[in-house]
Amino acid sequence: MELQTLIYLVVGATFLLYFVLAIVARAGTTSEFYVAGKGINPVLNGMATAADWMSAASFISMAGLIAFNGYSASAYLMGWTGGYVLLAMLLAPYLRKFGKFTVPEFIGDRFYSNTARVIAVIALLVISLTYVIGQMKGVGVAFSRFLETSVEVGLFAGMGIVFVYAVLGGMKGITYTQIAQYVIMIFAYTVPAIFISLQLTGHFLPQTGTGAMLTDGSNQYLLQKLDLVLVDLGFAEYTGTPDLMNTFLLTLALMIGTAGLPHVLVRFFTVPRVRDARKSAGWTLLFIAILYTTAPAVGAMAMWNTLKTVQDTDQIGAPEGNLLYAERPEWMKSWETTGLLSWEDKNGDGRIQYYNDNNEDFAAMAEEEYGWEGSELTVDRDIMVLANPEIANLPNWVIALIAAGGIAAALSTAAGLLLAISSAISHDLLKGVFMPNISEKNELMAGRISMTVAIIIAGYLGLNPPGFAAQVVALAFGLAASSLFPALMMGIFSKRMNKQGAIAGMLAGLSITLLYIFWYKGWFFIPDTNMLPDNADNWLFGINPTSFGAIGAAINFIVAILVAKMTTPPPHEIQELVEDVRVPRAS
Amino acid sequence: MEQRSNRADYWRANLKVLFGCLVVWFLVSYVFGILLVDTLNQISLGGYPLGFWFAQQGSIFTFVVLIFFYAWRMNAIDKKFGVAED
Repeated sequence: MELQTLIYLVVGATFLLYFVLAIVARAGTTSEFYVAGKGINPVLNGMATAADWMSAASFISMAGLIAFNGYSASAYLMGWTGGYVLLAMLLAPYLRKFGKFTVPEFIGDRFYSNTARVIAVIALLVISLTYVIGQMKGVGVAFSRFLETSVEVGLFAGMGIVFVYAVLGGMKGITYTQIAQYVIMIFAYTVPAIFISLQLTGHFLPQTGTGAMLTDGSNQYLLQKLDLVLVDLGFAEYTGTPDLMNTFLLTLALMIGTAGLPHVLVRFFTVPRVRDARKSAGWTLLFIAILYTTAPAVGAMAMWNTLKTVQDTDQIGAPEGNLLYAERPEWMKSWETTGLLSWEDKNGDGRIQYYNDNNEDFAAMAEEEYGWEGSELTVDRDIMVLANPEIANLPNWVIALIAAGGIAAALSTAAGLLLAISSAISHDLLKGVFMPNISEKNELMAGRISMTVAIIIAGYLGLNPPGFAAQVVALAFGLAASSLFPALMMGIFSKRMNKQGAIAGMLAGLSITLLYIFWYKGWFFIPDTNMLPDNADNWLFGINPTSFGAIGAAINFIVAILVAKMTTPPPHEIQELVEDVRVPRAS
Repeated sequence: MEQRSNRADYWRANLKVLFGCLVVWFLVSYVFGILLVDTLNQISLGGYPLGFWFAQQGSIFTFVVLIFFYAWRMNAIDKKFGVAED
């Protein structure tokens, strides 16, 4: 069957599945709309949370990030998984015991303050909105790449689909669609990886294949060979370890940020019992780990495939060592048409040179001795996943599956975020602060309306990204780490923490983190408004703004503890509340 | 087993397990994967330099095991203190 037809069929079938699931599992009460009636099986919740968590960036971009950065990308791998250890042990079971609907609701009740609740809502809205813009854009890009529509059409289609199943289904409908989306994603991700691992190393598991010997007769390990060849082409070693301090801080910021993301936390409100919340976090991470331990293999193997396609690695510098452009493989031709891969014959020899021309010493040497006049191949990092099935010569249905998987990854995360946004508005702001007497029916309606508005805003921002789409990750994780996580943790682990301390801590953590990011990235990310150039020489103590969330969290903790020490302890019934969330069942 | 309903003891038992888990969590990622990565990279695990393996594989596997271990231990502690849910 024609590839394009096949993609339409597979993607269309998945959409149909999502619709059916959403209609069958539609929400009829606020409890079903916010937390799926607290009746989700912990293993299934693990799958849904994994899909909720793994975004278009995890699915499409992460392997490429690893391919081009090697060891340095480890911060993302450890940070985006290790956060679940914190979440499982420090937050999820206690929030489940608290047993209400939203994260700001816990902060408001625990710190007996609507001010605290509103600050938490603001943090939640900024985090979730910045995050959802990237997802909507991801939906648009995935559609346009695979279904040959424009990005705009793709984005509108994505908005329409999310609208149908998220607004109708609420948390309950979203949960069952996310389970289906997880299965599609993980299948699409691992199948090509297994085949590539078999081809390169003879290992079925990509996880062991990365550490195995190449089967090309060279008698060398994949990683060892990759190190050698990259250095011969002027790059840094793949396993080399530059800037360990920022790797440390970035890992910490991403871990704390992950544990503080409201759309992930709220998923643990949906299981029946405290013990289910603990177990469900384990299943979540297991399901995430399947993709996250495969990604380094995809990265390393795709990098190696790319290098050896264009460069005879035993003849670096020899004229015939480089691939003739006219003899390039089919997959390069097909990705050239998308603009994700491009070639410019700088030295006019009709051959493809790929090396690090930013390395001045190497570039000068290469020009002198090899006659290379600049690296000629530009490779978008997303190709590392998208082109995998073609590189491995896999059948067309696998390519169709990757398309469905990429779209599933973006849709599942977008739906989770939109739900977090709408419950913060209808439950925390309307019901909690402004209209305490609203009826359940009207609150449910308000939830659906605010989700619709959130979809429209997210769609608008996805079409007209405010110029900071690339910085969004730093912002969302930095803010989650510096505002919500410390407040939640102290709310559970310190009986002495009071209203004043929590509010001061959140405000200090939030504002200093924002200030530090804006200082180097520009005020509200407007280009050229940064106060200092964004490079290591200017960073305070060499701390990258992307990694600053860890410092922001520390500031939050310190300020909160100091302020709480100087002010009155929380009232008795609040200390009782803390005692109560710490124990699964009153005895 | 004697049923104890002392919340403070239950909380202390929880903190003990929690602390142990977080020590391992810190070791496999921040110590083995980052701080000592260069030293551990002198050792190989198949074709993986050991520090690199911890950073991109080993730490993640350990995290999964840790959470299930914590859930299992806490279920036992819940029972011991008589605070388990039905």
